[in-house]
Amino acid sequence: MAMNTNAPKQTSHLKREILVRLIRAYLSDNFEENTRLIPFDMRPKGSEVPYRCCIYKEREILRDRTVAGLGCSIEETDDSTLLSELAHKSLEREVPEENPLTVLTTACKGCVPARIYVTDLCQGCVARPCVNTCKFGAISVQNGKSVIDPEKCKNCGMCVQVCPYQAITKIIVPCESACPVGAINKGEDGHAKIDFDKCISCGKCVSACPFGAVHEKSQIIDVLKTIKSGKKVIAMLAPAIMGQLPCTPTQLREAIMKLGFADVYEVAQGADVTTRNEAKEFVERMENGAEFMTTSCCAGYNELIAKHLPEIKPFVSETKTPLYYTAEIVKKDYPDAVTVFFSPCVAKRREALQNPNVDYVLNYEEVGAWFIALNIQVDSCGESSFKTEASAEGRNYAQTGGVAKAVQSMLPEEIPAHPVIIDGLNKQSIRDLKKYAKNGICDIGNLIEVMACQGGCLGGNATVNSYKAASKQLGAYVSQSKSIKETEDEN
Amino acid sequence: MDKKVSVKVCLGTTCFVMGSANLQELIEIVPAKYGDKVEVSGVPCLGLCSIDWEFSKAPYVKVDEDVVKEATVEKVLKAIDEKLK
Repeated sequence: MAMNTNAPKQTSHLKREILVRLIRAYLSDNFEENTRLIPFDMRPKGSEVPYRCCIYKEREILRDRTVAGLGCSIEETDDSTLLSELAHKSLEREVPEENPLTVLTTACKGCVPARIYVTDLCQGCVARPCVNTCKFGAISVQNGKSVIDPEKCKNCGMCVQVCPYQAITKIIVPCESACPVGAINKGEDGHAKIDFDKCISCGKCVSACPFGAVHEKSQIIDVLKTIKSGKKVIAMLAPAIMGQLPCTPTQLREAIMKLGFADVYEVAQGADVTTRNEAKEFVERMENGAEFMTTSCCAGYNELIAKHLPEIKPFVSETKTPLYYTAEIVKKDYPDAVTVFFSPCVAKRREALQNPNVDYVLNYEEVGAWFIALNIQVDSCGESSFKTEASAEGRNYAQTGGVAKAVQSMLPEEIPAHPVIIDGLNKQSIRDLKKYAKNGICDIGNLIEVMACQGGCLGGNATVNSYKAASKQLGAYVSQSKSIKETEDEN
Repeated sequence: MDKKVSVKVCLGTTCFVMGSANLQELIEIVPAKYGDKVEVSGVPCLGLCSIDWEFSKAPYVKVDEDVVKEATVEKVLKAIDEKLK
């Protein structure tokens, strides 16, 4: 099963600490000034300097991270702008910014550009397989050691493979190598930069960067502000959250009510609508002679289709996402309400921007930070149940294979599905999808479930719990839930 | 027989969000490494984060009476080794 690929632990710790302090600042009597003080509170005079060269750089980087916490772009914010000014600006913002990611340039300098590098282990041997293998004539031996001419080297890595001493290594830039679509690159100045025309918001760079340089622009202030204004705010919980915090789903519902939400819905409820519609659509497509269909619930995948894979569009289910149906239900129940989606990943921020029924997105790090800021102990909260009970299949959408399984459960016997699971988008799986689209056929199945993250939504970039523990906890919830067929009989 | 070393991983909300979620693997690693010399368990909030609003030092783990701040798997294993010396 999938490995846990959650963000490096220390950078998550910093990001979460800043979120807690920001929420506390907002709830204090002087939001702007207390926001300005966050880097100084975290690194007071004379304190240890755990990561950087000096306390001034530490504070500057914490300041930039706070900029992202305020929902602003680090790249576009002038260094001279005070956090207090930005805090003020964040209160005036009407809608979240379009591009959900921002890169901390000051933290990014540590990486050297990706290249092939000959280490000291080179013995300058007689056989010289590196020199002989290189198709580009980029390697020569100088002073008894192999030397690579960067002008000629194409980074193919052949020399790395043939060296009998394993003396040649490929230096990678973690964000570049994690990005499945080549959207993040180190510019000439050595700083990573995201090309938003290519970026599919999958969040892999957020998880991969060991400096924690890539940030989501938080909407926490927007949500706090909306609740404070007295508006009715409704929480919509993606299925993955049920494996994220140390409490039961009904305690979690109660804990979220304590944050000031007027009502809480499970997006698994909308997933049940997706399952029914997608099963119907699958039957129709197969009856009309289609060779395969792919699912359409993953926001990262939908961005991939729009920006890099338009040729697969005819094979993609036109059924809407669980979030879409849930938001529709919520807006029917509460026409004037403001809706907030609780998301495991950054990609859903893009989906929310395109859906007028979804106003804001909070990820699980932000929700967790909010509980800390208010001292809410989730396992001491009372229990309150969801008005509509979602099915086991809907709740299992967060697991890899869960969506295909749900659709399968609703198919008639004469039209069976043979699921193919894309457990995480990467260069290889994107090539596979391209091939299926080009050939009009998938040789290993007819129902392709695509999840941008390895492990499904439980592997999302903004999850809190480790994959294994989350999977176990969610699994327990799923196994005590009714099957979709049973819930159908009741409705 | 000697008294067992007791390891308590705080699974209160603050510790969990700040990183004890990733310490749950100790519950498997420790018995495999130390057998029955060490007793490890996940416990409800130890109350350490609320002293002086020290949430930023979470997650906390207690190894006997010693408190490990900003605990990581490596730090906790080191603290256990100290106890067993």
